[in-house]
Amino acid sequence: MEAASPTAAASTGGALPPRSLEASSPRYGEKAIHGLLALCAALSVVTTTAIVFSLVEPALGFFGEVPIADFLFGVEWAPTFSPATFGVLPIVVATLMVTFWGLLVAIPMGLGAAIYLSEYASPRVRKTIKPALEILAGMPTVAIGFFALYFLRPLLEDLLPFLPWSGPFSAGVAGVAVGLMVVPIVASISQDAMSAVPSGLREAAYGLGATRMRVATRVIFPAALSGIVASIVLATSRAIGETMIVLLAAGASPNLTASFTESVQTMTAFIGQTATGDIATGTITYDTIFAVGLLLFVMTLLLNLVSIRLVRKYREVYD
Amino acid sequence: MSDPIRSAERTRLATAGARSVTEATVLGGQPTRDVLKGRVFFAFLLLMVGLALLGLAALIVDAVIDGSSRLDTSLITESTSRISPETAGYANAILGTVYLIGAVILMVVPLGVGAALYLEEYADRDRWWNRVVEVNVQNLAAVPSIVYGILGLAFIVRGPIDLGFILFAGAITLSLLVLPTVIIAGREAIRAVPPSIREGSLALGATKWQTIRRQVLPAAIPGIATGVILAVSRAAGETAPLLLVGATTFVTFNPTVFGDNGYTALPVLIFNNAKQAQPEFQVLAAAGIVLMLVVILVMNSFAIWLRNRYEQRW
Repeated sequence: MEAASPTAAASTGGALPPRSLEASSPRYGEKAIHGLLALCAALSVVTTTAIVFSLVEPALGFFGEVPIADFLFGVEWAPTFSPATFGVLPIVVATLMVTFWGLLVAIPMGLGAAIYLSEYASPRVRKTIKPALEILAGMPTVAIGFFALYFLRPLLEDLLPFLPWSGPFSAGVAGVAVGLMVVPIVASISQDAMSAVPSGLREAAYGLGATRMRVATRVIFPAALSGIVASIVLATSRAIGETMIVLLAAGASPNLTASFTESVQTMTAFIGQTATGDIATGTITYDTIFAVGLLLFVMTLLLNLVSIRLVRKYREVYD
Repeated sequence: MSDPIRSAERTRLATAGARSVTEATVLGGQPTRDVLKGRVFFAFLLLMVGLALLGLAALIVDAVIDGSSRLDTSLITESTSRISPETAGYANAILGTVYLIGAVILMVVPLGVGAALYLEEYADRDRWWNRVVEVNVQNLAAVPSIVYGILGLAFIVRGPIDLGFILFAGAITLSLLVLPTVIIAGREAIRAVPPSIREGSLALGATKWQTIRRQVLPAAIPGIATGVILAVSRAAGETAPLLLVGATTFVTFNPTVFGDNGYTALPVLIFNNAKQAQPEFQVLAAAGIVLMLVVILVMNSFAIWLRNRYEQRW
C-alpha cells in the first residue's frame, strides 16, 4: 500500500505540503559555538606541543655541546662548576631512591586504606575518612616539605638512632614525606577499582564460606589489580615529579648514593634550585635545566600513559 | 524413658557431639586460625589508615604549634622583611596570591568548561583526534608541576609570548597547570546529566546549543563548581612552577598584575622563609603555612559541602 509511507499519508490527509526534516536555517551560530568549544579542547594539545618544544629546543643546544652518552651515563653531576661535568646519573638515582622510599610508605598505607574503605568500613566511617584523605591530597607540598624538614627528620632520628644521621637533609626523610603525599592517590584510585568489582563476585565468595580477609585478598584484590597497578604507577609518576618536598628536605648535594640518611639532589630539585637564580639565556647552565626537564618529562610521560591505559582496562571490564 | 528432662538432656548431648564432630572433621580446626588471621589483617588495615590520618594530623598540629607565637593579625597586615622576621608578615604575598587566583579563575573557567563541553557533547569518539585530545588531557593532569614552570619560563616569560617576569605570566602558567583538572571534573559533571534531559529538550525543538545552555549546563553547575574550587585551591598552594616564572623572594611593595618590578605569592614566601637559618623565619614560615591551610581547608570544605548539597540523583 502507498499509505505505508508517512509523507504520503500526510500529503493525502491534510493540505500541508510534505515537510523536510532539514533545519530551516543554516544556524551559523551553532557552528561557531561548536568551533569555539573545539578550540578550547585543542588548547590542551597546544599546551603539550608547547611543552615539548620548550624542552626540546634548548635541550638540542645542550646535546650539541655535551655528548648524550656522557649525559645519560656519567656519574659526576657538577653543571655549575668549572670544569663542569654533566653526568646525570647522580640526580636520576637520587630521584629514584626518593621515589622508592616514598612508595615503601605509600603502597601499604594507600592499599590498606583502599581495602579498609572498600571492604570493611561502614558508610558512616567512609564518609569521615574519605574527606580527610582528600584534604591530604590537597595539602600544599611546601607545607609537607616543612613538616618533613622540621618534624619528620628529628622524629625519624629518634626512632632509628642506629642510622648514620648527619646534617638536616636526607633522601629518606624526603622520601617518607613524598610517600605521605601520594597516599591519597593510591588510596582513591585503588578504592575506585575495588568498588567497581561487581558485588556478585563478593557475595559468591561469602556464600562459599570465605572470611572477609579471604574475600578481600583472594577475590577483590586480583579482580581490581589493573586499577591498583594504575594507582601505583601514577603515584610513582607524581613522586618523581615532586619538587618542593625534596627541595626543602633532601638538600642540594648531587651524591650518587642509595643511602637513607645522606643529602641528595633530585632532578626536580636541580631544576628548582638552578632556575630560581638569575641565569642568562643561552648559557650551558640554562640549557641544562631543559635537558633535565626533558628527561623528567619523558620518564613521567611513559608512566602516565601506562596508568591511563590500565585505568581504561578496568573501566572496560566492569563498568 | 519418656522422662522429658532426660529427653532434653539427650538432645543437648547429641547436638554437642554432632557439633564437635563437625568442627573436628569437616572444618578441621581451620575456622579459628582463619579468624585469627582475619583479625591480624584487619588490625594491619586499621594501622595503615591510622598512620595516614596521624601523618595528616601531625602535619597540621606541628604547623600550628611551631607558628603559634606569630598567629595574629600582624601576619596579614605586615609587609615582608629581610631584617626583622619577628614583625614581618605576608601582606604583599597574600595580595600576590589573590591576584594570581583571580586571574586563574578568569582564564580556567571558560576554557575548562568549553573543553569539557566539547569532549562530552560534540566530540565524536570514533575520530582519532578526539581520542588524542582525551588521552592528552589525562596525561597533562599528571605532568610534574615544575615542567609547567619550564614551559612558563621558555614560552610565556621569554620565547614566543615574551611577557617578562610579571604576575600575569605566573597566572597563565598556573592556569595551564590546573586546566586539565578542571576539564576532567567538568566532564564528569556533564556526563552525570542523563541523556533523557537532552533528548527531551531536542524533541521540543531546541537547538543543540540551546539544549546545552538551558538544560545541561545548569544541571552540571554544582559539579563544575566543585571541580573549579578544588583546582583553584591547588593553584593557590602551588610553589614549584612559580619559582621558575619569577615570583621573587623579598618584595616589600604590593604587586600588580602587569607590573614588571617583581611579585611574590604566599607559598613561595613560605618556602623562602622555611629555608632561612634563623629560627624566627621558621616560626614565620609555620605561621604562613597555618594561614595557607586555613584558606585551602575553607575552600575544600566549601567544595565538599557544595557537592553534597546540590548533588542531584537522577
